[in-house]
Amino acid sequence: MKHLLSTLDLSRADAIRILDIAEEMAAVGTREVKKLPALRGRTVVNLFFEDSTRTRISFEAAAKRLSADVINFSAKGSSVSKGESLKDTAQTLQAIGADAVVIRHGASGAPARLAATDWIDAPVVNAGDGTHEHPTQALLDAFTLRTHWSALHGHTSLGSDLSGMKVAIVGDILHSRVARSNLWLLRTLGAEVTMVAPPTLLPHGSKVWPCTISYDLDATLAGGIDAVMMLRVQGERMHDSFFPNTREYSRLWGFDDARLAALDARDTGETIIMHPGPMNRGLEISSAAADSPRSTVLAQVANGVAVRMAVLYLLLSGDQQRPAPSDATRPAGL
Amino acid sequence: MSNEPTRDRALAPVSARIVLSSEDIERVLTRIAHEIIEANKGVADLVLLGIPSRGFPLAQRLAQRIAATTPGLDPACITGQLDVTMYRDDLRRSTTRTPVPTRLPASGIDDKVVVLVDDVLYSGRTIRAALDAIADLGRPRIVRLAVLVDRGHRELPIRADHVGKNLPTATTEKVRVHLSEVDGANNNEVVIEAHA
Repeated sequence: MKHLLSTLDLSRADAIRILDIAEEMAAVGTREVKKLPALRGRTVVNLFFEDSTRTRISFEAAAKRLSADVINFSAKGSSVSKGESLKDTAQTLQAIGADAVVIRHGASGAPARLAATDWIDAPVVNAGDGTHEHPTQALLDAFTLRTHWSALHGHTSLGSDLSGMKVAIVGDILHSRVARSNLWLLRTLGAEVTMVAPPTLLPHGSKVWPCTISYDLDATLAGGIDAVMMLRVQGERMHDSFFPNTREYSRLWGFDDARLAALDARDTGETIIMHPGPMNRGLEISSAAADSPRSTVLAQVANGVAVRMAVLYLLLSGDQQRPAPSDATRPAGL
Repeated sequence: MSNEPTRDRALAPVSARIVLSSEDIERVLTRIAHEIIEANKGVADLVLLGIPSRGFPLAQRLAQRIAATTPGLDPACITGQLDVTMYRDDLRRSTTRTPVPTRLPASGIDDKVVVLVDDVLYSGRTIRAALDAIADLGRPRIVRLAVLVDRGHRELPIRADHVGKNLPTATTEKVRVHLSEVDGANNNEVVIEAHA
C-alpha cells in the first residue's frame, strides 16, 4: 500500500489487516504512556483545503501517538488565498521534507492527482475529496460496525469481517463521500448495504451501485437493519432545492424521536445508530437518537484515531523506497 | 524471532540438524523454571512476559512449571504477552510487520520482577525493543531475560540471565524453533539449518 485514496483499492485482506492493526492501536489509548515510537522522526503534513474539526484533529492525534511530527496546513490564512496552486503547495511540502501528506480538498480527485504526479514523493492519504471518497471515515465506520457485530455474535473481532450484516445509509447520498467510501468497503467486507434517500439526493448512476435503493426509511427499518448510518445534510454543497423544507426532510428522512421509539419497541439495542459528524441535530438526527445508548457517534470518533494510526503506520513503515534488505533472509533470533 | 516464516521456509536448507529434541526442550525449561525461582528467592512478584510468536508459549510452559512448585498459584495470573513490533529499530527497513496484542497479567508489571522470555537470542535487537516497550507499560522492580537458545552474534550490550542452550553458530546458519502451540501438534524441536 503506497497511498490510501479510495476504499475501492482495498482488498478484503487489506481492509481486515488495517482493522486488526487498529485494534492494537486502540489499546495504546488505554495505557500509561499513550505513545508508540514507531514513526519517530517522520513528518506528517495535514493539508486541509476544506474546513474540518474531527478529521484533522483525529489525524493529528494519530500521528502524534505514533511519535511523528505534525505540520497543520489549512488553506485559510495560507498562500492558497493568494492564489498558490496545488502543485506549488505540494512542491513546498516536498522541500520541507514531508514523509506523508494527509489531504482534504473540495475538488474530487485532488488527492489522486497529488499521488499520480511527481510533485511529491510522500504517501498520500485522502481525508475527503469533494463528493468522491473519504476512506478513513469508512474504515472507522467498519471498525465500529465490526466491534458491534462481533460482540453481538460473541466471537473475536480480530480477523473477522461483516458477513451478513445489514447496514442502511440514510440521507444526503448525493453529496456524501462518506456514503461512497462506505459502500465499497462494506461490500468488500461482506455487509449488505441499503441506501435510503429522497430521489433528488441520489446521484446519477447510483442505480448500478451494488446496493439496494429505498425511498422509504420506515419500511427499511421495519425490514430489519443492524446499523443505521445517518448522513449530514450538506447545506454548503447544496446550490439547488433538493427538498421542500427542513421540517419535511426531518419527518421523512431524519432519525427522529418517533423512529427511535419504534426501534426501541422492536429490539433491545441490537441496532446501532451511526453518524459521521458533524450532526445537524433536529434535521437528520434528533437529539434523543444522537444521545441514546444506540448511538455510536463518540465511539466512531475514538475509533477514528486508532484507524488512522493503523493507516499511517502501514504507509510509513516497511520498505516503500527500496528493495528488501538482507533482513529478509535473516534467521530466527532477530 | 522469525516473523515471516513462510518466506524463510521458501529457501530450502542444504542440511538440517536437530540440536534440541522435544524431551531436551522439556528438560531445559524445567531447569530454567527452577533457576528463575532460585534467582527470585521464591515466586513472589514474578511476571513472565513472552515475546511473540514463540516466546509466549515458552512463557506459558515456564509458568506452569513455576506454578507446580507453589500450590494455589495460577500460571495464567503470572503470564503475559509483550508485542515489540512498534519498538523495533528496523521498521523502515524490513517489510511492514503486523502488531499482535500485548496482554499483561491483571496485577500489571509495576514493582514486579519481570522475566522476558524469547526463543532465540541473536542480535539482541528484539530485547532492546522489548525493554523500551516495558518502559512504556510500567516500571518493574527488576527485568530479567530467559531464552531457550543463545546463538551468539550480539550487536548490542545485552545478555540473558537464563539460557536453555548456548549454541555456537555461523551467521549463515539459521536456528529454527518449533513449538507445538505455534507450529502444530508434536512439532517440538530446535533445528540448525545450513544454507549454501
